[in-house]
Amino acid sequence: MSEKKEYKVIGTRPIRHDGVDKVTGRAIYGADFQITGLLHGRVLRSPHAHARIVSIDTSRAEAHPGVKGVVTAQDLPAAEDKMADLGEGPVNLKYLCDNILASDKALYKGHAIAAVAATNPHIAEEACELIDVEYEVLPPVLEVRQAMEPDAPILHEHLTTSSLGDTEDKPTNIASHLQHKKGDIEKGFADAEVVIERDFVTGTVHQGYIEPHNATAHYNQDGQLTVWCSTQGAFTVREQLAEILQYPVSKIKVVPLEIGGGFGGKINVYIKPVAALLAKKTGKPVKVLMNRADVFEGTGPTPASYITIKIGAKKDGKITAAQTSLAFEAGAYPGSPVGAGAMCVFAPYNIENVLIDGYDVVLNKPKSAPYRAPGATNAAFGTETVVDELAETLNIDPLEIRLMNGAKEGDRRPDGPVYPRIGFIETLEAAKEHPHYTSSNGKKYHGRGIASGFWFNIGLESSVTINVNPDGTVNLVEGSTDIGGTRASIAMQAAEVLGIPAESVNPAVVDTNSIGYTAVTGGSRTTYATGYAAYEAAQDVVKQMKVRAAKLWEVDEDNVQFADGEFSSINGKEEQMSFRDLSGKLSQTGGPVVGRATMDPAGAGGAFATHVVDVEVDVETGKVEILRYTATQDAGKAIHPSYVEGQIQGGVVQGIGWALNEEYIYNDEGEMTNASFLDYRMPTCLDLPMIDTVIVEVPNPGHPYGVRGVGEVPIVPPPAAIANAIYDAIGIRMTELPMSPDRLLKALGKI
Amino acid sequence: MPTIAIPSLIRNLTDGEESVTVEGTTIREVINNLENQYPGTKAKLCDGDRIHPSIGVYINGVLTRVAMHDRLDADAELHFLPAISGGVSSDLYPDEL
Amino acid sequence: MVRKSHIQTTINDEAVEFLCEPRQSLLEVLRDELHLTGAKEGCNNGNCGACSVILDGRLVNSCLVLGVETEGKSVETIEGLAEPDKLHPIQDAFLENAALQCGICTPGFIMSAKALLDNNPNPTEHEIRYWLAGNLCRCTGYDKIVRAVLDAAAAT
Repeated sequence: MSEKKEYKVIGTRPIRHDGVDKVTGRAIYGADFQITGLLHGRVLRSPHAHARIVSIDTSRAEAHPGVKGVVTAQDLPAAEDKMADLGEGPVNLKYLCDNILASDKALYKGHAIAAVAATNPHIAEEACELIDVEYEVLPPVLEVRQAMEPDAPILHEHLTTSSLGDTEDKPTNIASHLQHKKGDIEKGFADAEVVIERDFVTGTVHQGYIEPHNATAHYNQDGQLTVWCSTQGAFTVREQLAEILQYPVSKIKVVPLEIGGGFGGKINVYIKPVAALLAKKTGKPVKVLMNRADVFEGTGPTPASYITIKIGAKKDGKITAAQTSLAFEAGAYPGSPVGAGAMCVFAPYNIENVLIDGYDVVLNKPKSAPYRAPGATNAAFGTETVVDELAETLNIDPLEIRLMNGAKEGDRRPDGPVYPRIGFIETLEAAKEHPHYTSSNGKKYHGRGIASGFWFNIGLESSVTINVNPDGTVNLVEGSTDIGGTRASIAMQAAEVLGIPAESVNPAVVDTNSIGYTAVTGGSRTTYATGYAAYEAAQDVVKQMKVRAAKLWEVDEDNVQFADGEFSSINGKEEQMSFRDLSGKLSQTGGPVVGRATMDPAGAGGAFATHVVDVEVDVETGKVEILRYTATQDAGKAIHPSYVEGQIQGGVVQGIGWALNEEYIYNDEGEMTNASFLDYRMPTCLDLPMIDTVIVEVPNPGHPYGVRGVGEVPIVPPPAAIANAIYDAIGIRMTELPMSPDRLLKALGKI
Repeated sequence: MPTIAIPSLIRNLTDGEESVTVEGTTIREVINNLENQYPGTKAKLCDGDRIHPSIGVYINGVLTRVAMHDRLDADAELHFLPAISGGVSSDLYPDEL
Repeated sequence: MVRKSHIQTTINDEAVEFLCEPRQSLLEVLRDELHLTGAKEGCNNGNCGACSVILDGRLVNSCLVLGVETEGKSVETIEGLAEPDKLHPIQDAFLENAALQCGICTPGFIMSAKALLDNNPNPTEHEIRYWLAGNLCRCTGYDKIVRAVLDAAAAT
């Protein structure tokens, strides 16, 4: 693969295929779905952060006019049955089910307890207030260091610390401990001439997608369950429903409707099984919608964390050792992204001696869910701030210290594997040359910061079929729900192969009965893996159509070649026919052509980003203003550059929100006190400047066009970049997120 | 012979060795031979006759969704790291990861 | 059952009659009674702007207006913006600028932008950012949305 390769479709900016539906309000999102006889469901949630459920009496709710059915955890298949099926998995499955409807304990405020189906949403809401739940309220534990204390309130009596197969005996909130060790950490610090060690705290933040969770479920009389919903992965929903409901996948069809944002938060199911239980109980289709408070309190945020970072370096800036301990809040059940955080924390740097310890800790907050590069932003906040301080202490330019230590192809990651071709250095060089970085920045209370970040990206399964139409267009069928323009980026890869315009491909995202297994839209995988499947399915089309051309021309198949949308005969007989013209002759040459491909590619290729930000700190109010922002990122190959820029800009702004304002604010009872968009303060357009992007293209050897995932890594650098800029502006190192006005004023000694 | 990078938390079972080379042409053979050389290691890496669901296997630096019967090159390098699956919690798919 | 009110109003230049409960918001009426689902519910308390419509020439969050309040008034929704064979220039500008990713906030942004351009055909970038600050987008970082509105203003 050559970097100079000329493409006709790839790298252009066509109008996305689903665009008109989405600007005219015609696109059907999960909550827009209508069906005859629809009932409306509503979930009753725990008012307590930690309580034993003594009893639930639903009789008053059931008697309320308009109510058609009430369900509780009793309506889920019994836990004993699940144990028999899953061998070692029963504990996990109990957690999974208990998070849908609590059986014995409520573990966070907002934990689902029961649900009602009624003839309209208002009646369902009224009926929820008629469900009598007796709680034995228990003390909550709300902070990761407190949860790790030996005398902390225990959430799960059977939970013990697992550590690579080793399990302790004593009940604890520390669900697991993991470790990476490379070289000799003591020698590394002994060799260092400067050592900097700092502690960092990050807050609990939410993905903040604008569309709340939704689900409509219906059981046919033959037992066929259909669920219409918005989700990042229809097949994932099917699998989770099958496990939770103990129901065969062959009897479940999941229909993905348009999705209003996910960022990792719409992979796990919450109300989908509840809608199914209510549909079963009532015999009617039931739609369940969350409101915004439900979304904040009842769905996965990404965890708060407590992180220590210690880095040592020679006077010339060469890092000799790095050590960290990462404690992540898993929420009510095990499963924080500390594993990913631990693998990303020092990933941008080639360091000989490393020790990384990670802890997954349960406490009384909603079970954490993935959020854009899960774990990496928390970790980078620590590392990138310490690297900045190291550069400052040694009087080295912060980009130069990163260039000196930055990971390249052949370097060994701190957790072991060797890097293939990666583009970290290129993002640093792009930042260094950018007019933003070379411009002056000398005003009082103005500061500039930089930071870098890494995210893995993943491959996983994707299936694509391509049906050739007689007019030379194709219908492309795929299973990746389109959150940000992936119909276009996938269709464009097929169009490039077939030598047709992007507009001649009609992409369709279909239900779980209509396409091969396709994993979630997540892990920055969709343009990479489903795009790869589209590429291969298009190659399959070309292969079959060469046979048709050979038939028409009465030549040997080997004598037909295809280039730039034209089939031609070589070796003697001169014939030529466009893809379009040959498409019109399929019925005469053997019938329809359907190309197909399934992929599970391994070479996702890591993504790196380097960001530069200018801020102004208002020392009277503590407000930080973003004046200018530039993000450089290795995209491998940008299929549709506008949507690559959009991913970068969106990730940056989520990172800015995480850095400056966003956090779950809890009172002592464990109630979130800011569960609305007014009080959970996400950035508006008035808070921001334009976000400049620089797309660096270091092709990924693991994809035919060199694509790397782009969606996740842009959220990783902003908090550290902004913290470094604040330091440059006012000389104070902020080590706690968010760096909100009150924290700034405290740091300035004003309150 | 394939090389196995030993996770730090089980180096107590390999006399502190950070990596060991063992005979074998499939994942199963390599893990069984590791177990013969360093008893107790297999139980850490496997759940019965499959890779433990919380572990991701990297072959030559690439995360691979291996099965025990997958073949290995003679110079393969294996790492056993926490499973990352695009944010999908690994407890959902015990059979897949 | 609560007795429903009979409301006569105008929606997208068409006379419309509907029945609604007094507690139902305009957003609920549009979506559940009239099946105009272009206006979205993101928060149901006026914080996100996804349900923005224009009521008698004024931009409102339809979740904060009661259905019964539209009696005798005129409502413009996203469904009424395009002509049968042609998109509105703001809609074109959103497509050409790739100003949407998931698209859930898009109808609200387009209605807010229309209300802005109806009142101020040549806004500055700052005026656009000020006017659109009541609409939340979590995907785009707003950059391409602001550019789309600047382009739409230049095109009209």
